[in-house]
Amino acid sequence: MDDNSSARFKKRLLKAGHLIALFLAMLFICMPGIWIVLSSLRPTVEIMAKPPVWIPQELSFDAYVSMFSGVGKGGIPVLEYFRNSLIISVTSTVIAIAIGMAGGYAFARYRFRGKSGMFLGLMLTRTVPGIALSLPLFFVYARLGIIDTHFGLILAYVALNIPFTIWLIDGFFRQVPKDLAEAAQIDGCTRWQAFWQVEFPLAGPGIASAGIFAFLTSWNEFALASQLTRSVNSKTLPVGLLDYTAEFTIDWRGMCALAVVMIVPALTLTFIVQKHLVGGLTSGAVKG
Amino acid sequence: MATVTLNKLEKRYGATPVVHGIDLEIADREFICLVGPSGCGKSTTLRMIAGLEDISGGEIRIGGKVVNDLPPRSRNISMVFQSYALYPHMTVRENMGFSLKIAGRPQAEIDKAVAEAASILGLEQLLERRPSQLSGGQRQRVAMGRAIVRRPEVFLFDEPLSNLDAKLRSQVRTEIKKLHARMQTTMVYVTHDQVEAMTLSDRIVIMRDGHIEQVGTPDEVFKRPATHFVAGFIGSPPMNLFEATVADGGLAFPGGATLPLPARFRQNVTAGQKVVFGLRPDDVYPAGHGLHSGDAADLHSAEFQVAVTEPLGNETLVFASFDGREWVSRMLNPKPLRPGDKIAMSLDLSQAHLFDAATGRTLRN
Repeated sequence: MDDNSSARFKKRLLKAGHLIALFLAMLFICMPGIWIVLSSLRPTVEIMAKPPVWIPQELSFDAYVSMFSGVGKGGIPVLEYFRNSLIISVTSTVIAIAIGMAGGYAFARYRFRGKSGMFLGLMLTRTVPGIALSLPLFFVYARLGIIDTHFGLILAYVALNIPFTIWLIDGFFRQVPKDLAEAAQIDGCTRWQAFWQVEFPLAGPGIASAGIFAFLTSWNEFALASQLTRSVNSKTLPVGLLDYTAEFTIDWRGMCALAVVMIVPALTLTFIVQKHLVGGLTSGAVKG
Repeated sequence: MATVTLNKLEKRYGATPVVHGIDLEIADREFICLVGPSGCGKSTTLRMIAGLEDISGGEIRIGGKVVNDLPPRSRNISMVFQSYALYPHMTVRENMGFSLKIAGRPQAEIDKAVAEAASILGLEQLLERRPSQLSGGQRQRVAMGRAIVRRPEVFLFDEPLSNLDAKLRSQVRTEIKKLHARMQTTMVYVTHDQVEAMTLSDRIVIMRDGHIEQVGTPDEVFKRPATHFVAGFIGSPPMNLFEATVADGGLAFPGGATLPLPARFRQNVTAGQKVVFGLRPDDVYPAGHGLHSGDAADLHSAEFQVAVTEPLGNETLVFASFDGREWVSRMLNPKPLRPGDKIAMSLDLSQAHLFDAATGRTLRN
């Protein structure tokens, strides 16, 4: 009996230890996010205080109110930035996914000359940091007259995202057995129908995750956007953060408030799409 | 209902030929098996009939119509895949009704066809499940159901039983045979398992290295194998096949032993000819423990030494050596034998086969 109760005690202790460790890990991961939200609600004095004030003393939505209250009243053209971000991210994601699907499918299903070389080439483009591209891109864009346009940024983001979407979607199409498309063709589908009826739904979760990644890359990108945009015509939210820096001061609270405005849609989208990222959809198709 | 005709059908991958211009005439409502070791071109041939593989030469006709360049959907065929290839995102009902849905048939007709196929295969209880919730045998049946619903002119089977365990395999084999009797449709069945081929088919096509070795009924290919290869491939355990030389009206084996030349081959061989002698395990047995029902004059007796025995209950396989080679023999009404025993074996030479050692072809008229 004694042995049992001591074993039970040990088990409980271990479980409590696990929970505490998990809590600390989660706290560590979530802290930056929490701190941004908190900072957006606190006066600058409190944000800058040394030693830091851990427990907020006064909370207010002033930063949000002034952000939306228009230029000249301490606000920034946040709606325009938001619109630009949305147009640029959504368009570039849709294009990157469309091309990524075509490319990923080709790499997964067909054999052609120079396939592995091409694949490696695509991957190598990812090794070049975006910031290194910004100056050459700036020159080219300036010549073409597409600086400060939606088109210019969309083009840059599509190019950035395509290698990644092809790579990710290729992997998901590889998991869909070839037999399925053949069975569909025998069942009366054209090649095209077989793709949309069978292969596309099965690779769907992979395509959705590629979509999330592509969207987040475009939504959060700063280095290129800061070089290739000039005005409210095309400035995106990350570039908009700079509006809070003046010559001698930085409005940390405003910046954090804008960061929250940026995070919320990205978070919402990820949650919505994540529901559909059910793994193992292909199980049961073929006996492994 | 349709005939299938292969005319000089060829397949090459680049410069490598895989199927070398085969000719085959499959009658309406016939059940035909393509059988052979892996890499013999049987699956490729089936896939060419299905339209999943382009053909490099020759002609395929289904129901008299040349279908060389038609896509699979226009050939009016159904195929059951080795992997089953069920659509995992659809229920059993949707899987089975998929072809009719694609064809744009009314829902009532689809429901009726699916219900009918499900009742034939005993799938009524499973219609709302997904493939991942089914066992291997059930998936197999759904794959067959999907093929039935389409009401094709020709059924194609690509090793449909190879993923099932032994017991289920023989059960589904019987179901396929019943299905053929019921559907009265031409069926082409690919397998590497000669037992499946023997039990199911009206005629067997034995393939090797992209050539057809022999086409015949199960009885023909078993009793009158056209080549050395067919003789070794069909039958379980396989036929005893040993090289020998024709000498003095007898057969001289490399180890020095001799056997009389079987009567029906006397006219067909010349002295000094190299041949392959073949005798099925059923036709070599410990004296008094065999099948023989013919003339005692055909029985030849020889001394063998027992190496191993494999008791199977009503019979025992005896592995015994003669002329330094190991022969397989089937002993009926088994008596106990020990390794090392010297026993008298009866060889029924009226059932023996002789093949030309160089060409591999039978020396029978």
